[in-house]
Amino acid sequence: MNVTEQRLPIIELGSLDELWFQVAGTRCNLTCSHCFISCSPHNDSFGFLSFAEVERRLLEAVEWGVKEFYFTGGEPFLNPELVAILERTLDFGPATVLTNGTVLKPEWLDRLRAAEQGSLYSLEFRVSIDGPTPELNDPIRGPRTFERALHGVELLVQFGFLPIITMARVWDESQDAEILGRFRAVLHLHGYDRPRLKVLPRLLLGAEAKRTCGYSASDRVTAEMLVGYDTTQLVCQHSRVITDRGIAVCPILIDSPDAILGHTLHDATRGFAVTHGACATCYQYGAICTNPSSRSPDAHVRTIDRT
Amino acid sequence: MRLAFFGGIYNNHLALATAIADARSRGVDAMWCLGDLGAFGPHPDRTCELIRENNISVVQGNYDHSIGHGLNDCHCGYTDPRDNHFAQLSYDYTLAHTSDDHRAWMRSLPAQQRLEINGLRLLLCHGSPRRTNEFLWESTTNTQFLARLCDDFECDVILGTHTGLHWTRSSDTGSGVFFRPPSPIHQVKLNDGGLKKTPDPFAFINVGVLGRPENDGTTNVWYTLLRTGNDVRGGRSPLPWEVEFVPLAYDHEQLAREMQDERLPDEFIETILTGWWTTCLEVLPSKERTRGRW
Repeated sequence: MNVTEQRLPIIELGSLDELWFQVAGTRCNLTCSHCFISCSPHNDSFGFLSFAEVERRLLEAVEWGVKEFYFTGGEPFLNPELVAILERTLDFGPATVLTNGTVLKPEWLDRLRAAEQGSLYSLEFRVSIDGPTPELNDPIRGPRTFERALHGVELLVQFGFLPIITMARVWDESQDAEILGRFRAVLHLHGYDRPRLKVLPRLLLGAEAKRTCGYSASDRVTAEMLVGYDTTQLVCQHSRVITDRGIAVCPILIDSPDAILGHTLHDATRGFAVTHGACATCYQYGAICTNPSSRSPDAHVRTIDRT
Repeated sequence: MRLAFFGGIYNNHLALATAIADARSRGVDAMWCLGDLGAFGPHPDRTCELIRENNISVVQGNYDHSIGHGLNDCHCGYTDPRDNHFAQLSYDYTLAHTSDDHRAWMRSLPAQQRLEINGLRLLLCHGSPRRTNEFLWESTTNTQFLARLCDDFECDVILGTHTGLHWTRSSDTGSGVFFRPPSPIHQVKLNDGGLKKTPDPFAFINVGVLGRPENDGTTNVWYTLLRTGNDVRGGRSPLPWEVEFVPLAYDHEQLAREMQDERLPDEFIETILTGWWTTCLEVLPSKERTRGRW
């Protein structure tokens, strides 16, 4: 091993706790201007996963003692097999689906309500809405998407779900408390009387890199920065992602060629060099992809020196 | 053997005193507490005195570690600002009212304890064997994962608390999809290598907490009895142990009065008097959250 390799900030897979499925590939009915993998109705970089492929991976995951399963895209509900996939997943463990909430149908939610009630495990919906008003959300996610997503939230609540409203922080961090307060008030007005909210940092990749700016060369994790750091805060320490092009290290970096680690879980357990700008965001905020019930950010997450 | 396990006490010395008497009346051979002596309720020293006077062995919880070392917060693992606000109120109160002697004792507590009883390997911890403040909720922890934990930590039964809600799952009561091979990532640790065709029975038991009711609209709290060996009463369970969750009524109105006198938050007192959680809700998964009122 030469000196350069020794200094790479390698994160080993410590425990395969979460398995993600890029179940709708990069296909989405929306074209959000901050999407870190540039999903759209026309982006076929990654394709849908079939029921058979997901089931095969769920069986593989049993052997690994995987704790939870996450489904993302694109928009997962564009995959015509998604409801059946979620029903089957709930035989194996808890499932979380990340949706934009604009294409939900009552008949799907009826089936999913029954599936969750018949399972030991939770089915979580994370609905992406980027702010408490159309004025904040729609310029990013598209015309009328605020109204359509809130209709999706109303439907979920009618069917007894408690969706986690997930927002990318497209405002200054100092405004978090005010924005969250306004969001709770709006959701109350729409019949959601105990809203659950999750704020995510922006990831300066894909469309977002064009909308604002990409990562600078100083936005990097170094081997020295990992000394004394709780690496369980990093998604790649405890997760992998099934895509139709192989198994990726995390849901954020699937567009990066080095992020595809192999085609079996065994191949994909090798360590990963966290050398991307987005790795610095993950390092800084911690636990950005998992649900609050599963993994909380360490109280002492590090700040990045952006000088 | 009959063992009593108490989860988080959260300064609820009245429930603790009632639980000790109740467990004794059931003829237990030993009593254990799985940590988090402080938080939420009044007069922290009273809980410590009861625990120590009655020779109850304690596993250190995140709260005990923080109070013992005088840290700035409880490291409970909450994510929501409102949850952290209320957690900080009770932490500051508990830190200010815990004697130096009890704090030194908390620092000395073990993070885990292993017991071998009637051939069973028990692992006592606070949250999970791998992280003191890890939340293992019933609806987000699948059976395969619990099997992996038992393999990794070489035990048959793991006992924990931390979430505030009692539950158990065993190899006998798990989901339809289950088998217990050594997971490949840890295969190197095992001598026998291949898949175990006849899995050994295992279980995870969250013993509940004495500190506050379980968000179900009743004011009682819970502790757990574990019977092994000749004390297993038989019946339907083919497992070599038996778990009984014990609902415990205590003088919760007196606790509420003491909390009022100590000027603890009205939100906490409401929980004691109604049985519904009013704070620290945002870490609950959907199934557990749906069962509550707020």
